[in-house]
Amino acid sequence: MTNNGNGGVKINLVSKAKLDDMSLQEKIRFILDEVQQDVILVLEEGLDPNEEAKLIESTMIEIDPDNFTGIEMESQRNPDEVSIIGKLFRRSTYGGKASMTVVGPADKLRTVYKDGDSIEAMVLSEPQEATAV
Amino acid sequence: MPIGQKLKSGKPGILSWLNSVFGKEQAKIGIYGPPNAGKTTLANRIVRDWAGDVMGAASEVPHETRRARRKANIQMSHNGSGLTLDIVDTPGIATKIDFEDFVENHEMHEGEAKDRAKEATEGVVEAIRWLDDVDGIILVMDATTDPFNQVNVTILGNLEARRLPVVIAANKIDLPDSSPATLKNAFPQHPVVPISAITGYNVEQLYETMISTFK
Repeated sequence: MTNNGNGGVKINLVSKAKLDDMSLQEKIRFILDEVQQDVILVLEEGLDPNEEAKLIESTMIEIDPDNFTGIEMESQRNPDEVSIIGKLFRRSTYGGKASMTVVGPADKLRTVYKDGDSIEAMVLSEPQEATAV
Repeated sequence: MPIGQKLKSGKPGILSWLNSVFGKEQAKIGIYGPPNAGKTTLANRIVRDWAGDVMGAASEVPHETRRARRKANIQMSHNGSGLTLDIVDTPGIATKIDFEDFVENHEMHEGEAKDRAKEATEGVVEAIRWLDDVDGIILVMDATTDPFNQVNVTILGNLEARRLPVVIAANKIDLPDSSPATLKNAFPQHPVVPISAITGYNVEQLYETMISTFK
């Protein structure tokens, strides 16, 4: 959706194959263009930390007080997968690519809860309404 | 006696000599975290304890720090181990900045709120760009809030990907709803030190951890 006149919200599920064909800049541009049209994206393969930082940086540059207040983003990583051996050797748990990233306009998406297995978010379709996804 | 002087009073030994020969002489340490985690309050405490100075104004209004501030040549020492630091207090990193939050929650006029929001966005960009130029990070987390917020996770991910050393300061443990144990359990692969930057509680342990982690 974008706000399609029916009070709905458009959610796009973006495949890993589509993202794999994009450079970093193309990926950031694609995400911001979609989000600024009120689209919520679920990325089949999540962003890595550098991509997240670049997305935040680009978001800040494009914030417009009257039209675009930023993004809500949640990436799912699972630190519980780290073994005792991994902990002993201080293996990275947040430095890799997320298994899934949800990103949307800050005024339309609220993260309620997340853990290593799931992300629970609310989509705000109208100012006073919220729908669990 | 200031904490800095107390820690300095330890006698130098073989470790000190080894550090002076093999250790990093000077490290640029960024203080990072979400808005209102207590970064500037902690920066002020470090600078006051070790250099008798202050870094900048702290406030309960989010995005009080909108430009990175740097204090050079902070000399820390403990039990013969020493470290010279440049401390960089960075603006809080956020994924969204809505000027209406300043109007509704902090009684600002619209024009002032829009100006503050604009400056805050520039501050976030500056903070992210500083990640390329620091040797280590103190990640300040608010121990009363969810540790897995996206800003904390993104910063930690960038540090791990760049293999930068990090000390997590679990701040605000003077507040009744703080849960430093939650932070320790959430990030077992990193040193987590519960502190109150505003009261100074347990900052000695933070300093010891900084010296052992960043040297």
